[in-house]
Amino acid sequence: MTQATATRPTSLKATDITIEVVYRGIFQKTLAQRITRGVVLAARQRGLPGTAFSRYGDSPERNGVPAKQFAVVAVNDIELEASMARYEPAIVDVTVAVDDTLVKGVESWAWYGRQPIWKPVRANGVVLVTSDKSPDEILAQTDKTDRPYTLGVIPGEASFAGLWVYKDDHTDWRVLGALSKVLPDWLPLDEVKAQVRTQTKDENAVASVQYGHDATTFRPVKAGEGTDAHEKLAFTKPGWTTMRTGVIVDARKPGERNPQFKRYATRTQRPVVNFDTCIKCTMCWLDCPDECFEVTGSGHFEVVYEACVGCGICAQVCPVKDCIVMVDELKFDSNKTVFPEWEKDRNTYNAWFEKTSGRSAAPPKGEKAAVAVGGDE
Amino acid sequence: MAVAVKTKETSEVQTEQLMTGCEAIAEAIRLADVDVMAAFPIRPYDTVMQAAAKLIANGKLDCEYIVADGEHSQFEIVKHACAVGSRVFVGSSGVGWFYAFEAIAVTAGLRLPVVAICGNRALDDPGAFGTEHNDSLAVRDLGWLLPWAETAQECLDLALMAWRVGEDARVSLPVAIGLDGGFLTHSQQLVSVPTRAATDAFLPKFDLGDRLLHPDNPITIAPQVDQDWLMEIRRQNDAAMRRAIDVITEAHADFKKLFGRGGDSPFLDEYMTDDADVVFFGQGTLALPMKVAIRRLRAEGHKVGLVRLKWFRPFPTDEVVKSLSRFKAVGVVDRDYSFGSPHYGGVLYNEVRSALYSREQRPTIVGFVAGLGGREIDQSMAREIYEKTAAAATGGLSAGDQCHWIGVRE
Repeated sequence: MTQATATRPTSLKATDITIEVVYRGIFQKTLAQRITRGVVLAARQRGLPGTAFSRYGDSPERNGVPAKQFAVVAVNDIELEASMARYEPAIVDVTVAVDDTLVKGVESWAWYGRQPIWKPVRANGVVLVTSDKSPDEILAQTDKTDRPYTLGVIPGEASFAGLWVYKDDHTDWRVLGALSKVLPDWLPLDEVKAQVRTQTKDENAVASVQYGHDATTFRPVKAGEGTDAHEKLAFTKPGWTTMRTGVIVDARKPGERNPQFKRYATRTQRPVVNFDTCIKCTMCWLDCPDECFEVTGSGHFEVVYEACVGCGICAQVCPVKDCIVMVDELKFDSNKTVFPEWEKDRNTYNAWFEKTSGRSAAPPKGEKAAVAVGGDE
Repeated sequence: MAVAVKTKETSEVQTEQLMTGCEAIAEAIRLADVDVMAAFPIRPYDTVMQAAAKLIANGKLDCEYIVADGEHSQFEIVKHACAVGSRVFVGSSGVGWFYAFEAIAVTAGLRLPVVAICGNRALDDPGAFGTEHNDSLAVRDLGWLLPWAETAQECLDLALMAWRVGEDARVSLPVAIGLDGGFLTHSQQLVSVPTRAATDAFLPKFDLGDRLLHPDNPITIAPQVDQDWLMEIRRQNDAAMRRAIDVITEAHADFKKLFGRGGDSPFLDEYMTDDADVVFFGQGTLALPMKVAIRRLRAEGHKVGLVRLKWFRPFPTDEVVKSLSRFKAVGVVDRDYSFGSPHYGGVLYNEVRSALYSREQRPTIVGFVAGLGGREIDQSMAREIYEKTAAAATGGLSAGDQCHWIGVRE
């Protein structure tokens, strides 16, 4: 490789910088790619070499599955080589979560377990989240940390703009603006703006960079801050002398669910059920692609939240209005099944249902009472 | 197709019969009580599927016999049958073998002890039926055990060895026996056929243990593992291949005790090597014309012998080094090619050189590519091979003149 032409800016203390973008499969793949590309291109503006790549073991085409992309910028080509020919950096300076529900943990389709969002972030690094919530609300759902970092919230909802059929919404430029705020030595605001201006010839895009830089709110997080509510889910990878012969892993026995690979980190919304209006039609149970519903003794169908990926099909097929409602995942801090609460005290449960879902728990008015199909009452 | 005819009782445990190499393999299938076979015709492998089908038709063998829609399915069928605990047999030749290549690769990766023959055949186009070893050798790096047979007798014996060694829990790897197309697959020879009872004493029932794919034993085979597991999986295959050396040695000793055959070494067959200065080294049926040449050369006073390799994988490095370092020069005769390889030598040539590299006392090694496409290796060719090797032994061959094509028209 040839040496980069630029000399190392004196302000740069490190030899390289690594930025991770955690995103949801397919919906945000292109968005993540644009952000990491934007970092490399902005750094190139001042002569620094960089590389952008995705975690190769991910399944970025699968709906909602957490996945990662990276950008590495270095002071010269030699330093950059340390980050090339690599699937996943072990330590990053900044993690960007482009969907705030990802702070509940990242479980990719591999042998990673559920990882805290800050897991690869170095001490005193930065976690940036795009969200319409406050840093305190985000922190309340983030795993308790063992090292200090800075949490920044970039205003905005989880963006689908990377998906072909959605209009661009400048999430990528706002994230680049926020990155220029936290990495001013590596990505000076003026140079990021100059690069975006060259690339887009659109002053609105440049304004979005400025907005991301100015509007991102920060909160220092001390070691020990965060929640203990989320399940620990980690693997110990076997060695060649301890693993089974013949590429074999234990399969599930009938009725048993996978204790190690759960996939609920794929969820951005979860189904909440009004058991009072349920007509036991079986549609949710039948159509759920992940067999998440268990039949209760009373013939209701309760959601096993450890297995649910939040696809929303149950809510779509349910024939009763507001009987199954999809609710923002950040409103929950437990995967415990809620049916026993309804059995114990319907009034309390229904009050909780109304507060959580924002819908009425009363039977739909002015409509014919639904008829149970094959009911046992 | 000839029908095996009993010629004489040789002992209580076996009878002599006249049959082709492929029919000898079919006899082994019967004796091993194979559960599932998958077949798809290609010459020269196909005579074994005909012979085995006839055994089933005549009530001599109770076996699920599945004719596939091509070699890929054929090898997939036995791989899956093996995973549910069936003793299996399969085989192919030349480009048919290559059409099955994906299934062949994963069979070894999953440690499923499928037993196959590769009726060695030139990789056509252009159309060619005759023997070349490149089809078998293409899988040499994948975890298949690769023995080569010299005679119809050895076809039968190696097949029984193959199930015993491959299915041994210490190994659990597939085995592909190399049979030279035509010379071995289609020529009838006298073969001692063991009785079923004697075979049972040698070959235990196949037992996959807790690896059995069965509703009572829920397992997942071959999940997505990526870089997190794959290196450990490869290392397990490596360890299994290393253990195979001892398991073959054990099986060979038991076989010899029961049936009185197999020679001194499980891996090498030495012929007139005691006082030899020069030896030929090769595998398969080429040993036959070379032995004739050796007898004639010895009559003229030349100290020449033959070392025939019986197992190419696992490569018996220690035995090969111990044997070949006794001689002044070794002429490695390859019935294969490896275009662009070191010194433009054959596969076996470079394996032998690699095995001997770290030895201080090592013979001069000369490589010969001969008999491709089944071209007969005649006595004049054997003599040319000897003369070039003997010249190398006395320093009469330059370093740039290490590999030769024999019996090729200029």
